[in-house]
Amino acid sequence: MPNDTPLLSIEQLSKSFGKLRAVDGISFAIKRGSCVGLLGPNGAGKTTTVEMLEGIKQPGSGTILYKGKPLDADFRQEAGIMFQSTALPDFITAYETLKMFRDLYPRSIPIEQLVQACSLQEFLDRDAKRLSGGQRQRLLLAIALINDPEIVFLDEPTTGLDPQARRNFWKLIREIGGRGKTVVLTTHYMEEAYELCDEILIMDHGKIIAEGTPDSLLAKHFNDVVVQLPAVDLPEDFDSKGMEVLRANGSVEILTSDVNAAIEALMASHVSLKNLKVRQRTLEDLFLELTGKELRDES
Amino acid sequence: MSPKRLLAVFIARNKEFLRDRSALAWNILFPVLIVGGFAIAFSGESMDVYKVALYQDNGNEQAAGQEFLKTDYIQFIETDDLARAITNVERHQVDMLLDRNTQHYWVNTTSPKGYMLERVLKGTIGNAFTRQEVTGGEIRYVDWLLPGVIGMNMMFSALFGVGYVLVRYRKNGVLKRLKATPLSAVEFLTAQVASRMLLIMSVVVVVYFGTDFFVDFAMFGSYFNLFLIFALGAISLVSLGLLIASRTASEEFAGGILNVVSWPMMFLSGVWFSLEGTATWVQKLALIFPLTHVTSAARAIMIDGASLAQLSGHITALLAMTVAFLLLGAISFKWE
Repeated sequence: MPNDTPLLSIEQLSKSFGKLRAVDGISFAIKRGSCVGLLGPNGAGKTTTVEMLEGIKQPGSGTILYKGKPLDADFRQEAGIMFQSTALPDFITAYETLKMFRDLYPRSIPIEQLVQACSLQEFLDRDAKRLSGGQRQRLLLAIALINDPEIVFLDEPTTGLDPQARRNFWKLIREIGGRGKTVVLTTHYMEEAYELCDEILIMDHGKIIAEGTPDSLLAKHFNDVVVQLPAVDLPEDFDSKGMEVLRANGSVEILTSDVNAAIEALMASHVSLKNLKVRQRTLEDLFLELTGKELRDES
Repeated sequence: MSPKRLLAVFIARNKEFLRDRSALAWNILFPVLIVGGFAIAFSGESMDVYKVALYQDNGNEQAAGQEFLKTDYIQFIETDDLARAITNVERHQVDMLLDRNTQHYWVNTTSPKGYMLERVLKGTIGNAFTRQEVTGGEIRYVDWLLPGVIGMNMMFSALFGVGYVLVRYRKNGVLKRLKATPLSAVEFLTAQVASRMLLIMSVVVVVYFGTDFFVDFAMFGSYFNLFLIFALGAISLVSLGLLIASRTASEEFAGGILNVVSWPMMFLSGVWFSLEGTATWVQKLALIFPLTHVTSAARAIMIDGASLAQLSGHITALLAMTVAFLLLGAISFKWE
C-alpha cells in the first residue's frame, strides 16, 4: 500500500528547447510505494519530465526533491531506470551485461535473484543484440532493478511487445510494486495504465491536464456508457432521441447514461441488436475527451 | 574515482573488442599486409641510380676528381654533416661519400654499389683519393617504413576505435544508460583509454615481432624505448579520438572530422616518405600532428639507435598533446 509521504516532490518544473516550452510549470508528488502513470501524446512533454525526474536532464526551472533533498549521488544509487530505447554494448552476453551494471553500484542484489524474478534463464549467455523484443525488455528491467532501487522509472516498457509478452511484463511490474518499490511508468497503452497504476497524470502541451486514480478520473469526467454496434446496422435516419452518436472506423457509438433508453430507441428503428455491445468508459475515452487526440497519434 | 566501476567498464569494453572478430582481424592484418607488401615489392634489385654524398664540395670545378662528377647515372648529394654522411654510408642510404678537399672517400665494404662506384672512381681519376672503409647492414625502405606503418595503424585504431565507438554509444543511448548509474565521466573515459591502450600496444607487439620474424628489421636502439614511444603515441592519439567524439551524436559528422584529421596525418607525418625534401612550412605544419612525433621518434630509435634524451622534443610534444586533448575532451564531454 502506498505510504502518504512523498518520495518525489515536484514544484513548478519547466524546461524549454529553444522557443518550445516542453514542460510548463508542472507540480505533483509521488508517494512511496505507489505506481504512477504518466500519459500523454507524443510531444506532450512526458519523456522530458521523466528524464528530469531521473536526473538525466537538468530542469530549466523549478525543483525536484527526492526524500526532501535535491537529486544527488544517493538518488543515483536508489533509482532504477529503464529508458524507452537503450542499446546495450555489442558482443556482451546478457549475464556479462548484468555483471557490468552490478559493479557500477556500491550496493546490488544477487544476479541469480534477478534472473529468477525477470525470467532471464533461457538467454543468459546470449549476446544482447540477439535477444527478442520481450527478452530484451526483461533484461533492461533487470538492469533497472540491479541496484535494488527504491524508485523505478519505466519509460514505455512494453512498446513493441506482443500482447502475451506485454501481459507477462505487467506481472513483473506488479511484483516490483508488491515489494514496496515506487514505480513511475510512462505508457501509450491505456489498458496498461489502468491495470498497473494507482495514480495517473495526463499531460498535454507540457502541462498536467488531469490527475487522480484511474477510477476517480473516469467517474469525474463520465457518467455515461458506450453502446456500440456496426455502422451498417444503423440506418442513416436513426432517431437518437438526443443521445450523442459517433461514427468511426465502421462502427457506431451511442453515448448514454440510460442503456435501456438507447436500446428502446434502436428497437424503435428496427435495428438488429445481434452485434450490440455495451462498454464502460475507458481511459482512452478520457484521453480523447481531454486532448482531442488519439494517445498514439504521431502529431 | 572507483576502481571497481572503472574495471567493470574496462573489462566489458575489452570483451566487446576481442569478440568483434572482423575489427580485431583488421587491426592486425592491415599493418601486416602493408609491411609484407612493401617487403616483397622492395626485395628485388633497386632501380635507383647510384648515390654519392659530396662533403663541403660547393661545386668547386677546380677541385680534384672533377671527371668523376661527370659520370652519368650517379646522383651527387651535397652535405655539410660529415658524421651523418658516414652513418648514411654505413646504412647503405648513400653508396659513397666523397671529400674532394681532403681527397678522401668512404665506402661500405658490404655494399655492392659501393664496390662498383669505387671501380668507377679509380677508373676515372686513378688512385688520387684515399680509401676509408666503413661497415654496416643496409637500411631498407621497409625498415624505414615500419615505424610509420605501425604509427598509422595506431592512429586509425585510436581515432576510429575510440571516436566512432563513443559516438555510436552516444547515438544509440548506451552512454545515456551509463549516465544514469553512479559511473562518472572521468571513470568512463579512463576505462575507454585504458582498454584501447591495451589493445593498441598488444597489436603493436604482435605486428612488430610477427613481421620481424619474416622481414628481420634493422633495430639499433632499445626495445623499451621504442615501446615507450609507441605507448606515448597511442595515448596521445586515443586522447585525440576522445576529444573529437566528446560531444557529437552524429556518426556522419564524427566520421567527417576523423577523416579530416587522419588523412593529412597519414600523408604529412612522414609515414610513407621523408619530409626532409618538402617545403619548410610543410615540415612545420607536420609538427602539430602526434603521428609525426611518433614516427620520427620511433624511426630515430630503430635506425639511429637514439636515446630518450635525444628524443626529448618529441616526448614533450606527445605528452603536451595528450594532456591538452584529455583536458579538453573531459571538459567538453557529453553523455547525450
